[in-house]
Amino acid sequence: MDKIKFDAWVGIFVAIGVISLLGLAMKVGNLTSNDIRETYSVIAHFENIGGLKPRAPVKGAGVVVGRVKSIIFDTEAYHAIVKIDIDKRYVFPKDTFANIYTAGLLGEQYIGLEAGGDMKNLSEGDRITQTQDAVVLEKLISQFLYTKASEED
Amino acid sequence: MKSLINFFEKVGFSVTSRIHRLGTATRLFFLILLASGESFKRFQLTMKEIYFTGVMSLVIIIVSAFFVGMVLGLQGYYTLQKYGSSEAIGVLVALALVRELGPVVTALLFAGRAGTAITAEIGLMKATEQLSAMEMMAVNPVGRIIAPRFWAGVIAMPILAAIFSMVGILGGYVVAVIVIGVDEGAFWSQMQANVDFRYDIVNGVIKSLVFGVACTIIALFEGYDAPPTAEGVSRATTRTVVTSSLVILGLDFILTSFMIGG
Amino acid sequence: MSDNLITIENLTFGYGTEILHKGINMEFQRGKVSAIMGGSGSGKTTILKLIGGQIKPKSGSVSVDNQIVHKQNLDGIYKLRRKMGMLFQHGALFTDLSVYENVAFPMREHTDLPENIIKDLVLMKLNAVGLRGAYKLMPTELSGGMARRVALARAIALDPDIIMYDEPFAGLDPISMAVICDLIRTLNDALGATSIIVTHDVAETFSFADYIYFVADGIVAAEGSPKQLMASKLPFVKQFIHSEKDGPVPFHVSAPSYNSDLSL
Repeated sequence: MDKIKFDAWVGIFVAIGVISLLGLAMKVGNLTSNDIRETYSVIAHFENIGGLKPRAPVKGAGVVVGRVKSIIFDTEAYHAIVKIDIDKRYVFPKDTFANIYTAGLLGEQYIGLEAGGDMKNLSEGDRITQTQDAVVLEKLISQFLYTKASEED
Repeated sequence: MKSLINFFEKVGFSVTSRIHRLGTATRLFFLILLASGESFKRFQLTMKEIYFTGVMSLVIIIVSAFFVGMVLGLQGYYTLQKYGSSEAIGVLVALALVRELGPVVTALLFAGRAGTAITAEIGLMKATEQLSAMEMMAVNPVGRIIAPRFWAGVIAMPILAAIFSMVGILGGYVVAVIVIGVDEGAFWSQMQANVDFRYDIVNGVIKSLVFGVACTIIALFEGYDAPPTAEGVSRATTRTVVTSSLVILGLDFILTSFMIGG
Repeated sequence: MSDNLITIENLTFGYGTEILHKGINMEFQRGKVSAIMGGSGSGKTTILKLIGGQIKPKSGSVSVDNQIVHKQNLDGIYKLRRKMGMLFQHGALFTDLSVYENVAFPMREHTDLPENIIKDLVLMKLNAVGLRGAYKLMPTELSGGMARRVALARAIALDPDIIMYDEPFAGLDPISMAVICDLIRTLNDALGATSIIVTHDVAETFSFADYIYFVADGIVAAEGSPKQLMASKLPFVKQFIHSEKDGPVPFHVSAPSYNSDLSL
């Protein structure tokens, strides 16, 4: 009799636990909303990535289509190589443009993809050739001051 | 001069005895792993202990989680409102619970509720020669008594933590959406957009697993190591709570820094 | 081949630097009830622990069934222990199990018997100690004497060759004491077992034991059948048997002279 009581209660206990975990995964987490399971990865070279971090979103027209997988520094060409995972459901032309943008004024940085006009599409291991670096505030300001100064001369 | 030497003697003694205890605890951990076969072959043994550690802790976990969630909802709302972003309340409640409060508060409550019970039980079994009697019956007490309790704790903790997080979020929902009137859609959608399954929820589960191992080992060790007297057992019970709490908080910092760094 | 089931040869043992036993020799014959007597703290219980292999001797040996206990590995010791049943001082019943489950415990752990056979066996063992009617109770609901009898039923659950009793009479009323005495003798003869009793109750032990060892100062001070010991002229034995306050075992713990302690 005791045996049945223990089994039943432990069963209920585990069931509540599983429901909670599923609830967390589905209702609270993003397991359903934008689950990026099958991906293909492409790389892009940037002179400066600013504050871009691994796992930053990759957006096409504002929709999250992938994530930054890794960022490494290339010691030969002295620039950053960013590896991007893109969801298999989304295809982009070969001459797609990759920009590093900032969400809001001080928000996190993400990569925005702008489709080009090529007939062929990007596939696993390809490189996005056209890139635009992150805007670094200090550079922008010094550039502004410099041009202002040269105008006054 | 003499008092200085005495002082160093005391420091040295307390350090070596602590290291000694750490060593015995580690040894117990390996003995448990070695003797774990029976806990799974005769899962009924472990099942009974899951009932005592897990099911019996459900009420305290659910009630505390609900209150913690409601407080988070209230405090979060009044803070976020100043910055005009009260819809972010869902994210705040969910992230706080899933990443930190769920695993940590569950582990602290577990140490107080189930950990002390384990220590007192094992300590009393030792004091009344039950463990000795078992040994004389050619039954290994580590396999028969200690290991099932260990696995029960390790299994129960993540389940309790998941329940804590979910109930806490429901508590936050009650305060934010039903009482204060934050938009329900914004509450859930903001949450979903910012809580990542792999990096927030799975990491929370990993934390609670680690806490489960730590808490249960501490409780079992304190009981197993307790002097077989009434005073010894009561001191061991107190030590279970103190040591568990410190270890949980320390481990939490270490784990968090690894998870955020990596 | 001697008829000795257990032989203790030249045994020394101690905790830390303290020496408890200084060369003890004992022989326990098959089928007999032997008693180990001595004052509190003379290391009587420790001898039982040495026989059970829970601790290891400093030198000398304990052999059970011609096997030296401390030279066995854990499996070997467990194999030897299956031939032994031990009654602990306060019973040491598992408090989270009922009387029935306590007696069934060794059977469940060491045999694959089906439930209906276990049930019959448990009720038989409980019947032997007169507690068949109490099988549903929890250990906390039992009196001291009843708990001791349940523990005895548990000790004989697997029909052991050796039954060891650690202070079986401690803290019992005279009726329970008489019951336990009777049980020790009848169970020993019915099971064909060898019994060892550690105790300091003179009257009870002398009434039924076959052979008695007196332990004092870490050695066997006297040995013999109850009759021989009753007639013994050894001052220690006389003091013990007739419970005299002072004698070879002094009333005072060794101390500096009384005058110097009181600084007179």
